[in-house]
Amino acid sequence: MTKKYQSWGMYPKVEQDDICLTDRYQNLPADCPSMLPFGNGRSYGDSCLNADGLVVDTRYLNNFISFDSALGLLRCEAGLLLSEILELVVPQGWFLPVTPGTKYVTVGGAIANDVHGKNHHVAGTFGCHVKRFELLRSDGERLCCSPTEHVDFFAATIGGLGLTGMIVWAEFQLQRITSSDMDMECIKYDSLEDFFLLSAESDLDYEYSMAWVDCTAKGSKLGRGHFLRGNHANTGGLQATEQAFSLSVPVVPPVSLVNSLTLRVFNTLYYERQRQSSVKNTSHYESFFYPLDWVLRMNRIYGPNGFQQYQCVIPRQQSEDAIREILTAISFSGMGSFLAVLKVCGDIDSPGLMSFPKCGTTLALDFSNNSSKTAALFKVLDEILIAAEGRLYPAKDAHMSGELFKSCYPNWGEVCRLKDPNFSSSFWRRVMQE
Amino acid sequence: MKKVLIIGATSAIAISTSRLLAVRGSQMFLVGRNEVSLRASKDDLLVRGADKVGYVSMDLNETQRHGECLNEAIAFLGALDIVLIAHGTLSDQQACEASVELTLGEIKTNALSTVSLLTLLANLLENQGSGVLAVISSVAGDRGRGSNYVYGSAKAMVDAFLSGLRNRLSKKGVQVLTIKPGFVDTPMTAELAKGILWADPDTIAKGILLGIDKGRNIVYLPFFWRYIMLIIKFVPEFVFKRLSL
Repeated sequence: MTKKYQSWGMYPKVEQDDICLTDRYQNLPADCPSMLPFGNGRSYGDSCLNADGLVVDTRYLNNFISFDSALGLLRCEAGLLLSEILELVVPQGWFLPVTPGTKYVTVGGAIANDVHGKNHHVAGTFGCHVKRFELLRSDGERLCCSPTEHVDFFAATIGGLGLTGMIVWAEFQLQRITSSDMDMECIKYDSLEDFFLLSAESDLDYEYSMAWVDCTAKGSKLGRGHFLRGNHANTGGLQATEQAFSLSVPVVPPVSLVNSLTLRVFNTLYYERQRQSSVKNTSHYESFFYPLDWVLRMNRIYGPNGFQQYQCVIPRQQSEDAIREILTAISFSGMGSFLAVLKVCGDIDSPGLMSFPKCGTTLALDFSNNSSKTAALFKVLDEILIAAEGRLYPAKDAHMSGELFKSCYPNWGEVCRLKDPNFSSSFWRRVMQE
Repeated sequence: MKKVLIIGATSAIAISTSRLLAVRGSQMFLVGRNEVSLRASKDDLLVRGADKVGYVSMDLNETQRHGECLNEAIAFLGALDIVLIAHGTLSDQQACEASVELTLGEIKTNALSTVSLLTLLANLLENQGSGVLAVISSVAGDRGRGSNYVYGSAKAMVDAFLSGLRNRLSKKGVQVLTIKPGFVDTPMTAELAKGILWADPDTIAKGILLGIDKGRNIVYLPFFWRYIMLIIKFVPEFVFKRLSL
């Protein structure tokens, strides 16, 4: 069953064994020297893979445990998807404290990758809202971790890439909403300077903000795109509608559908589709947070070789210059993705030792996996990133060197110390150069 | 608010179905083998909206305890609007071929224990004059195949028993629903390689509720299995016996 457990980027392709845990009281297999929990496979690179080892599928650990609808405190098993949580809590006037761009991630995955969202500047990462979780170690020990119990494991597990043990259940704080609608505004802007101006202006009054960037634009148009900002609406009912309809990319096409021509056409059309400089409307949270979730298996469009995402964050001082350099390099390469994303992150610290976001600007985009060309471009981008003291996101990564990882994540040694001796991942072995 | 008894409540299809019923605010009583899983399900169903949930843990092969188990359910729920029987094991065909004991054990789990429960439940619902008996059988019961005939023949017995019960109880206001799933991706089938014919338990659960709500007799889940099995049933025996199925 090697095909079933792949990462979202479908790269690298590895052989590994798999088992499913069927209840939260089960222990991990004894005497297995190399295992890794597997959630819903939305990590892009090799951080959710364990070549020649075992992945422990958590999809049946999907029970709710308790929900205090007065306080918004939810406790559930780690294999539960955020989509299932929304269906329960939205009608009762609660929402996820932080959500990534897809609702098809597990709670365990959200903690292990310490995911962030469009509200990072006001809410920090998912890990900032976690009150407590149970960590199952391969020797059968169960540690209840919180800011006051097993504090070291709490910090090492948030953003710990699943290496410190298996998160069995977690408790976290939801945020109150009075409507499932979002008041949103989409502003068409012309240049990278405008992005930073819009961001600075918006982040005071808007809980959520980010921009879609035309990664093919060059020169004075470099960095142009659509700036999206919004707040939860005050009126409009509380509906967690299931997607009324969805499409699926049914097969992996023989070649990538993303190339320099389709990129240019799509990005230009997408940029020009909005005629007015600003459009305000109110719509359901689904279209605001999860615009891509209605196309299932979207990852297949990159063809059999899959794709790699490049997501970096550049500290505030160097943000504008480094992002300009990176976008210039990308636009000249002719590679890139239909949807590149820019977002200014805030300065709220995560409790996690290896959390990705930091105060600055994050850029994310996908690249068709064309081994030599992609590697050459990533080398250029990495140099800009290193000079600007930025870092890459392990959840999206399949290429960074061990040296780069260790310099970006100086706390790696502490995570190494607390890592479960019988846990490992393809990512970890790559960056530890084992 | 429906009063629902779920037997084999920790099977994947039963879990998915019970969650859909919980959202409707049902009162539920769960029967299964694994006590800690039942307790976890109880908490889960209450969070999802069930009005109240009780459970009892027992091995359904102990048919002498079935009466006591149903009494507990009725004491907890007061009446039975929907009964879902979902327990079972996927037999290891090759091991069964080498062992009479194992073969009879599989027949007991997948057929006789269900027959025992149905005998008691039929009388209860007949007296009540209402209710739904929904039983998970399998497409495997439609025709015995070399690779799986122990499991298949057990399910065939359940099918015939249900057909008779339907004939008897339809006059008394009781719906008897035979549920025939095809390949379902659950812990029971974890060892099997998956292909395009496989469905997930949530899809099957939606089909079960639709079958109950619409008062159906027999549902194949997903629907296309009705046509696959139609073809398989029509293959003449002199051809069928040569096939590797």
